[in-house]
Amino acid sequence: MNAMKNSLKRLFVYPSAVMGIVVALTLVVVAVYAMVTIPYDEAIRLWRGGEEVWYQNPKFAPPAWINLFTSKKYSESFSVRTTDGSILKEVTPGEEGTSTMSASYTFDFFYDVYPQEMILYFTAKFSEKQPFISMEWLTPDGRKIRIANLAIAPKQTYRLSQDEKLKTRLKSEDVIPALFSDPETGELLKGQYQLLITGAMFEPGSDIDVEFVFHGQVYGIAGTDQSRRDLIVPLLWGAPVALAFGLIASLGTSVLTMVIAAVGTWYGGWVDELIQRITEVNLVLPFLSILIMIGTFFSRSIWVILGATILLSIFTGSIKAYRAVFMQVKESMYIEAARAYGASSNRIVFVYLIPRMIPLLIPGLVSAVPTFVFLEASLAVLGLGDPVLPTWGKIIEDANSNGALYRGYYYWILEPAVLLMITGLGFAMLGFALDRIFNPKLRDA
Amino acid sequence: MNMPPRKLLQIEKLVLHFKTSHGVVQAVDSVNFELDTNRAVVILGESGCGKSSLAKAMLRLLPRNVDKYGGSVYLNGEDVMMYDEDEFRRNVRWVGMSLVPQAAMNSLNPVIRVGDQVAEPAMVHLGIRKTEAMTLVRRMFQHVGVPEDFISRYPFELSGGMRQRVALAMALVTSPSLILLDEPTSALDLLTQANIMNVLKRIKHELGTSFILITHDIATSSELADEVAVMYAGQIVEVGHAKDFFPAPLHPYAQMLMASVPRLRSESDPMFITGQPPSLIDLPEGCRFAARCPFRFEKCNEEPPMLGKNGRKVKCWLYE
Repeated sequence: MNAMKNSLKRLFVYPSAVMGIVVALTLVVVAVYAMVTIPYDEAIRLWRGGEEVWYQNPKFAPPAWINLFTSKKYSESFSVRTTDGSILKEVTPGEEGTSTMSASYTFDFFYDVYPQEMILYFTAKFSEKQPFISMEWLTPDGRKIRIANLAIAPKQTYRLSQDEKLKTRLKSEDVIPALFSDPETGELLKGQYQLLITGAMFEPGSDIDVEFVFHGQVYGIAGTDQSRRDLIVPLLWGAPVALAFGLIASLGTSVLTMVIAAVGTWYGGWVDELIQRITEVNLVLPFLSILIMIGTFFSRSIWVILGATILLSIFTGSIKAYRAVFMQVKESMYIEAARAYGASSNRIVFVYLIPRMIPLLIPGLVSAVPTFVFLEASLAVLGLGDPVLPTWGKIIEDANSNGALYRGYYYWILEPAVLLMITGLGFAMLGFALDRIFNPKLRDA
Repeated sequence: MNMPPRKLLQIEKLVLHFKTSHGVVQAVDSVNFELDTNRAVVILGESGCGKSSLAKAMLRLLPRNVDKYGGSVYLNGEDVMMYDEDEFRRNVRWVGMSLVPQAAMNSLNPVIRVGDQVAEPAMVHLGIRKTEAMTLVRRMFQHVGVPEDFISRYPFELSGGMRQRVALAMALVTSPSLILLDEPTSALDLLTQANIMNVLKRIKHELGTSFILITHDIATSSELADEVAVMYAGQIVEVGHAKDFFPAPLHPYAQMLMASVPRLRSESDPMFITGQPPSLIDLPEGCRFAARCPFRFEKCNEEPPMLGKNGRKVKCWLYE
């Protein structure tokens, strides 16, 4: 325990170790936060969800904070509805069971770029007679534009940009810019806009609710992708997946490699021979290609890929490196002493040989984590990621297949890429520092 | 079949040959000797005469390049050479006899606390739990004179003498009836040597243990020895009681070996034996000492048998 404490104390001497620990701990915190706030089932539902889950979000929207770096301000997205009181609704009863509804929503628009779209979702309660709705648009310069009058079905979606009548009325193909600009100059008009909705219901007990969805040009802190999904979900959930994959693969590979090398060295003879030959064959086999084959023909589940990765990574060069050290340790006096007192071979392997290797194991284990994190991302980019799990690699794959870089959606690639790089850097720095502590020969002076 | 006699240890025709690229090394060549309970035998001989190989052969700690390994080792009347590897490990090592290996100070695992290290054989062989084993370890530390608080130290925190005592405690912990000590004092200063020898004497007295002490240090070993066996070129050339042997060794080699010990207040210079011991790969016909022996005569071209004389045994034609 004391030795452990001393090692930790020495760790803080190295700034790179401190950085590495900070990065690793941050990742762990993010991972735990992700798993607590978005439970697994919810994350899968959100990630696999389509329009019905994500209708409130714009497509391809960069994160909102890019406004800090641009001279043109992009409009943010929002959605408001009558059901939760964010749009106030007034219902006035009329004669013979009829009633009128009126609702209005006022908002400030001080941005430099037109929003993507405005959509109204109506839900109406009635038995025979359809309620009737009329909508009006009030601009900052006091103009009042009639948008549409329509009879509504129990569920009705009205997209402003798709209304042909509105296009003719505004004398423009692009409805949204026309609504937000000065008709004389054609320039964008900043100020307070208002949406007025009045409804007429012709039955007692009839009711109308409305949701106003405003698709701006930017969204949230991570932006959205081609299916309007909030990228914060895969970015957050990518952390536990990457950490789990990296740590399990690294730990599994290192420990199994070491145990197998120790067993081979201790028993020698055909056991050692077999292990060495398997290693040599495995060394010339193309690792990534085999994984791609497994992913293509067998299963893309992350657990299958993880298992295959560990199996293929056991018999690699490190088994030879461990063997070389074990050969040396095997001849030490205390091993012979242990044999003399009647320690069984298993005991010698696990109590005498393997503990000697821990100082070599720990730095190697930590340094190997990024390799496996990147491997998982590479497989995802190649289209072999787990079809269910949201991961950083999947974001890059989506971005790639949607031409993110050609279309200027840099955020889409950069967000997961930066997270991957920070993860790799953190573990690598920690690994190097650990290496210096556990292998004093590397220390200068 | 003759019943094996009920001695603590009886070795008959023990052979251990190694294969090397230069030829077969006859490290232990048909060695016979026996030992009673609570006796100490010293095996004397110069470096490379097969003393350590004899210890290895007795405990079956064989390297990979064994050419020939055979003979009988009766421990309490049972031929342990008949045991298979697992039986041998369970019933002989540390149960029947334990070993304090050569350079015992380096025979402690550097990453295990010495207390745990000493407890290991007890846990392996007596099947007891750690806590019980640690009580035993404390008792053993008392026997060999290691302070109790050393239990949680690592080997590098101990001096050479202390490490040697710990190795001795480890050999004692399963209370075997026989302990093999392979040059237990060779790397220690004189005071520590004397200390260790006193510890061994006390243990012999208190626990009734038998010792086989392998050494080339005649002076120190004479302290403990009840019996002496002299080894030369893989064979035992003389066996006898210490009280007979030390004043008047019989075999010419033993005589010259004794004469090489420097003496206090003596006019004569210490002697040395001219020539080299024969290579264990290419052994001469007849007596193996003949080439260096000042008393050699024609008969020495034939191998001498073990000749008995007044309860002593010597492998030399002079005593025919």
